[in-house]
Amino acid sequence: MKTRTLWIIAIVVAIALPWLFYNWETHRHSGFVISMLSQMGMMIILALSYNMLLGQAGLFSLCHATFFGFGGYATAHLLTAIGKDDLPIPMEIVPLASGLAGGALAVFFGYMATKQRATAFAMITLGISELGTVSALMFHHFYGGEGGITTDRMIDSSLFGLTYASGLQVYYLILAWTLIATAAMLFLTLTPLGRMANATRDNFERTQFMGYDPRMVRFLQFSLAGFFAGIGGGLYAITYEIVTFDALAAPLSANALLMAYIGGTGIFAGPILGAILITLLQSWVSLLSNSWLVYVGVMFIGMVIFAPEGLAGILMAHKPLHERGQMRRLIGPYLRLLPCSVAVAFGFVGIVELTSFLTIGLAQGKKLTIGGTNIDVHTMLPWGISVACFLLGALWLRFEAAGFRRVWDQITTELKAGVAKP
Amino acid sequence: MTTPALSLRDIRKSFGATEIIRGVTLDIAQGERHCIIGPNGAGKTTCFNLVSGRFPISSGEIHLNGERIDQLPPHKINRKGLSRSFQITSIFHRMSVFENLRCALLWSSGYKYAFWSPLWRQKALNESAEKLMEDLNLSARRDVRAGLLSYAEQRSLEIGMTIAGGASVILLDEPTAGMSNTETDHTIALIRRVTQGKTLLMVEHDMKVVFDLADTITVLVYGQVIASGSPADVRNSRAVQEAYLGALEA
Repeated sequence: MKTRTLWIIAIVVAIALPWLFYNWETHRHSGFVISMLSQMGMMIILALSYNMLLGQAGLFSLCHATFFGFGGYATAHLLTAIGKDDLPIPMEIVPLASGLAGGALAVFFGYMATKQRATAFAMITLGISELGTVSALMFHHFYGGEGGITTDRMIDSSLFGLTYASGLQVYYLILAWTLIATAAMLFLTLTPLGRMANATRDNFERTQFMGYDPRMVRFLQFSLAGFFAGIGGGLYAITYEIVTFDALAAPLSANALLMAYIGGTGIFAGPILGAILITLLQSWVSLLSNSWLVYVGVMFIGMVIFAPEGLAGILMAHKPLHERGQMRRLIGPYLRLLPCSVAVAFGFVGIVELTSFLTIGLAQGKKLTIGGTNIDVHTMLPWGISVACFLLGALWLRFEAAGFRRVWDQITTELKAGVAKP
Repeated sequence: MTTPALSLRDIRKSFGATEIIRGVTLDIAQGERHCIIGPNGAGKTTCFNLVSGRFPISSGEIHLNGERIDQLPPHKINRKGLSRSFQITSIFHRMSVFENLRCALLWSSGYKYAFWSPLWRQKALNESAEKLMEDLNLSARRDVRAGLLSYAEQRSLEIGMTIAGGASVILLDEPTAGMSNTETDHTIALIRRVTQGKTLLMVEHDMKVVFDLADTITVLVYGQVIASGSPADVRNSRAVQEAYLGALEA
């Protein structure tokens, strides 16, 4: 399938999704789904713009949320001002102003941070992140302290006469801006600056002897990444009508890193996958389990160890096999991986959830129920089953994984030698 | 007399208390092929690092086409027309051969840090990159990741990237190191071809290559020039024989 076809499918799905969860009896949209999809849009922008640094320029930044949050605060103030003074700024271009706010701050901080690269750069950005958080608590007039600031998105100013009273209208605004930002970021990778960002990532010294100042490349890339993060933050302010320091604090910066890495930093669209997956876990698994962060953490560690190229990298590894009609041969091995993976996952989730119910759950007075049956977390049986599933499953998975690897290596060797028959 | 392409005036470099370059004075004429030889640790690569701006010098002056460059950062020296290769292959491993060469052409083609002009529409630029790739005999490897090329191919690519920007003074640091005889011959032919009409300053260990290629040879020992002249002069110099060539043959 062509890359372009995939993009078109993704866009159509994004437009259609709210309607798949439309309740035709009550004529209402699912608020949960729409708010989750809106969240995904912002997180896609955040993760993609973060990857302009990590994946494309090799810059390990720990302060990306600073620009996201700043864009959010600036937007909240702007919306309030538009609403109060009837400024002639339509809602549709407000996110552009958010981007300019995020970008301006990134120019300021980027000037300092990009003096350095590698570890020194990471440490400076850690400092910037802390500075951002402390500022949010100190400067009440702009940040509103711990409570944050609230605003009202019904500013009665729109190019298309929309009120943005409903979540659906906001979702389509977010979708439009996610597409604009994604297209712009994709375009950037194909320009001289985008290529030189890759070049400084691979070998900064060589770029100097080609006439480029690697610091300037880092600075421009950092500023542009801050601009896009600001757009994401603006959409956040429009959606929630409240911005607190959660929007710029370190956990969100870490989230940007998680999304980009789990999705795959080596491929442009990788962070999109990461943002979708993490948002799903965040909004959906967090309803089911107190321990959803444990799962995200374990997934991240697993990715770093076993699949450093991320989800997108795993998919791309299959591309040559798909093109040469070899995917059929993997069906069997994949099916064999299934039961042992399920066993490991079941065992692991069991152990985590039992522990969680033994501690937090007990304090909250919750009971662990599976299919209507109460499970007593103080008895040995559920623990025994979970631990056994996990350990035996892991052994079994090791065995099957070795078999899978043999088949995989066999196929790739055949492909290299050109003897594989479709 | 015309201005030398490159002129080193009593340059010195210390790392801590150790002086590595101990007063080197050298003029390299326009269009000359100049080789620097010397035993390990003589300061040849350090010399390159000083001239190209990779390290700051401790004292002395360096002039490129009459213009002082020793206070400038590497990218500014490069923009004035000096380019270099590295002893350890220095290319963009994760980018394709074509992308490597196109990147090397960007600055001299005037693109600077442009983030508004898509590369696929820069016809002239793409054609020069293809042309350069052909000159290097790398067209068949166009879309291969540079990190996956053979060693000799990577060295060719590096030479290509060094000359791509159209610099008038080219510094090559051991371009044939680690190559077989055939590969060396091929590389020397390539160097001859692509540095036509340019000034070449080269560090080389292979004496056959040095005496074959160089117009002028400079012998560096312990951070000092002990001889500089035509290959015949250097070969017959007593000081050189004692300090260097003799030691090799013994």
